[in-house]
Amino acid sequence: MSQTINLAHGDGGELTHQLIQDVFVKAFGNNEESKFDAAIIPVQQGKIAVTTDSFVVKPLFFPGGSIGKLAISGTVNDLAVSGAKPLYLTCGFVIEEGFALKDLKTIVQDMADEAKKAGVLLVAGDTKVVERGGCDGLFINTTGIGVLTKETETVPSFEVGDDVIISGTLGDHGIAILTSRGDLGIKSAVESDCAALNTMLEKATAVSKQVRIMRDPTRGGLTTTLVEIAEDFGVTITLEENAIPIKDGVRGACDLLGYDPLYLANEGKAIIVVAHDDGDKVLEAIRQLPEGQDAECIGKVTDTSKGQLLIETPLGVKRALHRLSGVMLPRIC
Amino acid sequence: MREILNQSSNPEIIKPMLELVMEKAEMFKQRFHRKPVFMEVCGSHTHALAKSGIKQALKEYVRLISGPGCPVCVTDQRSIDSMIELSQGENRIICTFGDMMRVPGSKYSLMEERTKGKDVRVLYAPTDAIKIAEDNPEQEIIFLGIGFETTIPILALLMQEAEKKQLTNFSIWMTTKLVRPVLEYLLQSGEVALDGFLLPGHVSIVLGEENYSFLVDDYHISGVIAGFEPAELLSSVQKLVQLAYDGEAKIINDYPSVVTKKGNSAARNLMARYFEECDEAWRGIGTIAKSGLDIKPAYRQFNAKLKFNIKQQEPRKTKCRCGEIIVGKIDPEECPLFGKACTPRKPIGPCMVSDEGSCSAAYLFMRGLG
Repeated sequence: MSQTINLAHGDGGELTHQLIQDVFVKAFGNNEESKFDAAIIPVQQGKIAVTTDSFVVKPLFFPGGSIGKLAISGTVNDLAVSGAKPLYLTCGFVIEEGFALKDLKTIVQDMADEAKKAGVLLVAGDTKVVERGGCDGLFINTTGIGVLTKETETVPSFEVGDDVIISGTLGDHGIAILTSRGDLGIKSAVESDCAALNTMLEKATAVSKQVRIMRDPTRGGLTTTLVEIAEDFGVTITLEENAIPIKDGVRGACDLLGYDPLYLANEGKAIIVVAHDDGDKVLEAIRQLPEGQDAECIGKVTDTSKGQLLIETPLGVKRALHRLSGVMLPRIC
Repeated sequence: MREILNQSSNPEIIKPMLELVMEKAEMFKQRFHRKPVFMEVCGSHTHALAKSGIKQALKEYVRLISGPGCPVCVTDQRSIDSMIELSQGENRIICTFGDMMRVPGSKYSLMEERTKGKDVRVLYAPTDAIKIAEDNPEQEIIFLGIGFETTIPILALLMQEAEKKQLTNFSIWMTTKLVRPVLEYLLQSGEVALDGFLLPGHVSIVLGEENYSFLVDDYHISGVIAGFEPAELLSSVQKLVQLAYDGEAKIINDYPSVVTKKGNSAARNLMARYFEECDEAWRGIGTIAKSGLDIKPAYRQFNAKLKFNIKQQEPRKTKCRCGEIIVGKIDPEECPLFGKACTPRKPIGPCMVSDEGSCSAAYLFMRGLG
């Protein structure tokens, strides 16, 4: 087989068949569900949750993960924070002519490994090859299907005093990606946090029936996600700046580059808002797992009549946090 | 190192420091029947004072004015228009610090030009521009050189590399600013009455503590060189209040971990090798004699202003009052555009673009409470 992908790999003929057999089937297995033009899957009890996401991360490989791992965990997490049990995924690949087969195999294996860890099956897929320059190496789209049951569904009925929990340190993914691009002139040991969170979140909803909402603070970071919750549900959330876990390496890189870790992307973190009575229980449960070991309670719901996000600085001064305005730009001195 | 920095935002340490500043400011108020007034002349101080909540907490006690310290904010609109105009030529790669991207020109911004297909690149490490020049011999690489004495040595380093590599397709558009001339302008104009300056930490690493003795000798005004962590800022503000209360004029180096008496002479020598003083136009102020640095005639081949014929045009007039804001005549909230027509997402003036701008700091950190 050729060492690079060419246009014939996408034309539906012999090479396409060979690519599917040698790369995708080998890694994902050939499930019963995927022998037809559409995957046929049994209908479950409860409600179905569906989500889709496209992955265009650059570079394709970064400390702590790859576009493949991300394409699985990102979609699994969108299902899991919605209270659904992720079951099936589909994946679509857009590959640039000339892409190294070796890299494709590594990426597909990363997907298979992460899917196995998350307990989801890849049941349908598609491959397109575009001419050189038509895309940037490789883009992946994944669609996820999960089921919601009464036990796992969250009810967003907030009360003053509710705890706001973050499952770990913030900004790891953002800094790992920015520094691995190599154009910043700084190196860092920070690894991306990209990971499927469904097991951890199942533990949270198993110990508490009073989880109000769960969200994953991806693009736009913690601030953007919490502003959305505050505005959508008309609640005031007050964060305590000193309680927010941030790795030294992330803080240092942010100081140098002029970024704010509260706006940086995360790919393996969840925000859990839970009744204060159950806050400690949830913290204790998720801290048992590696992806939740640095979890902290970082704030509270302080009002249920006005939708805003506040942060209390170490000096005890409160200020409002807003969505990111435009692009985050580095400071010059 | 991080341990030390973490301590400087430890509430047990900084809350009592804040109370001490309030106490001293109260004493000042009783003696002089007004609040003490200080000016910071560093964009990163503006940002840190607002973000930490110090400015907010001291609102009733001390007036902190954000002076001319944010590099893009002090840049004259004509210079900004010229730099954006540079992107219009063929076979050019414009290299810039991030702040410049969204600064609105009279017609458009660099960001808009990039969307239209112009090659405009944001560099984190300015020396990358040299590599870009080597990799693209058919293109003209133009670096937009804005900034104070913190940034100018880096521009000198670029010159050194370009000279060493005998690059013929690299040049810098200089519109740099010097701290001392603008401090003297503010003091001589008498437009704002000040009790002291919170002096810039980064700039002082290059210039050194002794550079500021003119403040005391010629103007009988104090200056405290400050760091950027909450504890460092509070310590310096407290020292300024004490000096003002005592009626004493003095320069204090309150950032001795990195700022020395003499500063960084190697950086200054490098600057002196390639650059010479020139008159510079400041936004809202006008031209101040010898307040900037330009490329020496011996290195004219690297001077983008000589290499490219850019016609300076009269800038489009707006109601933006950045010019008055950066000299402390008005606060950002007093500008009719603030938070309405002018926001960080759709800025009209540069003070709303840069993270270090006083309008951006006021908008991001001090609005929307209650």
